[in-house]
Amino acid sequence: MSKKTFAIALMDPPYESENLTTAFRILDVMARRGHNINVFAYEGASGLAFAKQAPHPNPVHGKNLAEENHPTTKDQVAALLALAARNGGKVDWVNCGMCVDERGVGEFVADTRRGSPADFHAFCEASDNVLAIPTK
Amino acid sequence: MAKKTLNIVESAYRAVMEEQDDTILWLLAAMRAAGAEHTVVLRGNAVNYAVAGQGAPGLAIGGWKQTQAPRMDNDVIDLIEKRKIPVFVIEEDLAARGIERGELVPGVQLLSARMLPKRMAEYDLVSHW
Repeated sequence: MSKKTFAIALMDPPYESENLTTAFRILDVMARRGHNINVFAYEGASGLAFAKQAPHPNPVHGKNLAEENHPTTKDQVAALLALAARNGGKVDWVNCGMCVDERGVGEFVADTRRGSPADFHAFCEASDNVLAIPTK
Repeated sequence: MAKKTLNIVESAYRAVMEEQDDTILWLLAAMRAAGAEHTVVLRGNAVNYAVAGQGAPGLAIGGWKQTQAPRMDNDVIDLIEKRKIPVFVIEEDLAARGIERGELVPGVQLLSARMLPKRMAEYDLVSHW
């Protein structure tokens, strides 16, 4: 299979919908196959790579911090970047700058960056296909 | 004495993978520990929470793996048995989805949609989630 380049637009914030679970499953497969992935994290999705996310214990579940092993999207983003690198693909993960400022989530995990809608335009122009997963 | 609250839960499976539970069932369990007096009615797609034996494999992204994927049936059992929160399901919504009574976790009670307004009148507060 030849290497492709995909652009993905995400809009949902962490912990609010199942859209991101679906998106990360698709991104995982793309990265496993070594494709290049350009992500535009727009609106609420600009918080996905926020570095200060923290897991928590869950007293309702009766589990401590380690037992609960609560997911954070920043760890999922980092895992995606590492997976792509192992398989020869590149990920350009762009966090919409104005969206980030609105939410105060300007500290990102390593190898993601601040950007703008112009980046998404460039991604669309340069990609073999584009997948937008909007908030509805 | 705490106000009696009827919680009609209709939104289903929203963010359950990321939260590892349903946010409203979790909230009610946590409030119960603080003294709240709740009853739950599952309606619409949320009736599926009461189906026994369900589950999803944990999410895996590269080297990151989820180890505590949600089990909604267990969370319903927890509400009934540990929290002593009555849980009803709307029987018409079960029927519309082809779910039989025998597929549900123990302790869940059936409630006809026609009887729901009368049931509401028995509570101080009604929340529709």
